[in-house]
Amino acid sequence: MRCPKCSGTMRTFDRNGVHIEQCDNCRGIFLDYGELETLSRVESQWAQQQYAPPPPAHGAPAWGAPHHGGHRGHHQRSWVGMLFSS
Amino acid sequence: MRDEDASAPVLARRLARVAGEGSWTLLKNTRVTVVRAGDVVVKAHPPETDETALAARLRLAAGLPGVLLPPASAEVGHVDGRPVTVWPAGEPVDPRDPGAAPWEPAAELLARLHAAPVDGLALPPAGGPARVVRAVALLDGLDAAYAAPVAVIREAFGTLPREVRTAREGTVARTERMDAGTAREGAAPPVTVPSPRSPDGGGPPRAWLTHGDWHLGQIIRYQGEWLLIDVDDLGAGVAAWDLARPAAWYATGLLDPAAWERFLGAYLAAGGSAVPTGDPWRELDVPARALTVQLAATAVAAAGTEGRPLDEVERALVSSCGRITRTAAAQ
Repeated sequence: MRCPKCSGTMRTFDRNGVHIEQCDNCRGIFLDYGELETLSRVESQWAQQQYAPPPPAHGAPAWGAPHHGGHRGHHQRSWVGMLFSS
Repeated sequence: MRDEDASAPVLARRLARVAGEGSWTLLKNTRVTVVRAGDVVVKAHPPETDETALAARLRLAAGLPGVLLPPASAEVGHVDGRPVTVWPAGEPVDPRDPGAAPWEPAAELLARLHAAPVDGLALPPAGGPARVVRAVALLDGLDAAYAAPVAVIREAFGTLPREVRTAREGTVARTERMDAGTAREGAAPPVTVPSPRSPDGGGPPRAWLTHGDWHLGQIIRYQGEWLLIDVDDLGAGVAAWDLARPAAWYATGLLDPAAWERFLGAYLAAGGSAVPTGDPWRELDVPARALTVQLAATAVAAAGTEGRPLDEVERALVSSCGRITRTAAAQ
């Protein structure tokens, strides 16, 4: 198979079930039908494993605030005061 | 602050003299006044303190070594008409570094407190629920500028069970003084333990010995070990209330989830009996809602007294109250 861009020779690779052709000359990559979607799906699964906080081990109340990885305002005077006084 | 400082409250100077003639520091001057002089801390309790209950609480503190700091004197004294107790001084948690807070030792102490047998003890009711009612009462008479958050907090308060909304400070059950009919007029009836069921579900109603007002200021290091301090709200209650303040911080998004999991995980690993391992929020939900209301009410009342707008932390607590009401309405 010839590269549609520079007519160089394309070589076939299989990576995690995704079939790709890469040009030896310009390094361009050709994807078959559906392979872009497969790549996107694999990427989002990986990102979820990497970035999603683990679900709380002991649950949370229905009225709880969403925790977006971090927590708010913990350097504020009123928060530190609240930790240490009634 | 030194005793030569004439601006120190008279009560504080008189408390310091209980400890001796040396230099001293005023640690707290709110509902209670606390001074440290050398190795001793002297505390004046609120004027309305039920002394029968305070004496029972002192006996409890003396009887749980390794869990509660034992008093330096077993007797309740008096200074200017205020009941006074004397304690050995310890090292508090460093407030400059809440991230390094001893969450695990604190959780283990609470688990051991909750394992203490209560049968046959003369116990006052724990003070937690009455604190919620007192905090919400602080909202009365705030400036109209705070009407919106006050309404949100009061609505969330309305979702709490009746026994919480009507809680009062109580006195000791089954003591000689009570039997002799000398209980003060207006004191709550003895034994008001709102504990409808054990956390395992079913089983007989269960009361625990609980701290009643636990936060990171209620633990000190003394002679190399962490111990719980402040017996003012100690008594028979529902153990989950002692976990409720960190639970409320966590649910409001203020406390790092990792710190909360460390605390709760250590409590459960130590055999803590307040909550079932599989579903701790079944028992935490009511006290955590109550403490969220209490924290929001205390914060908004403080902002109102200082005449300033709510800060981010205070707004987060009011938002939590809004979610409590909406969640209750949806159920």
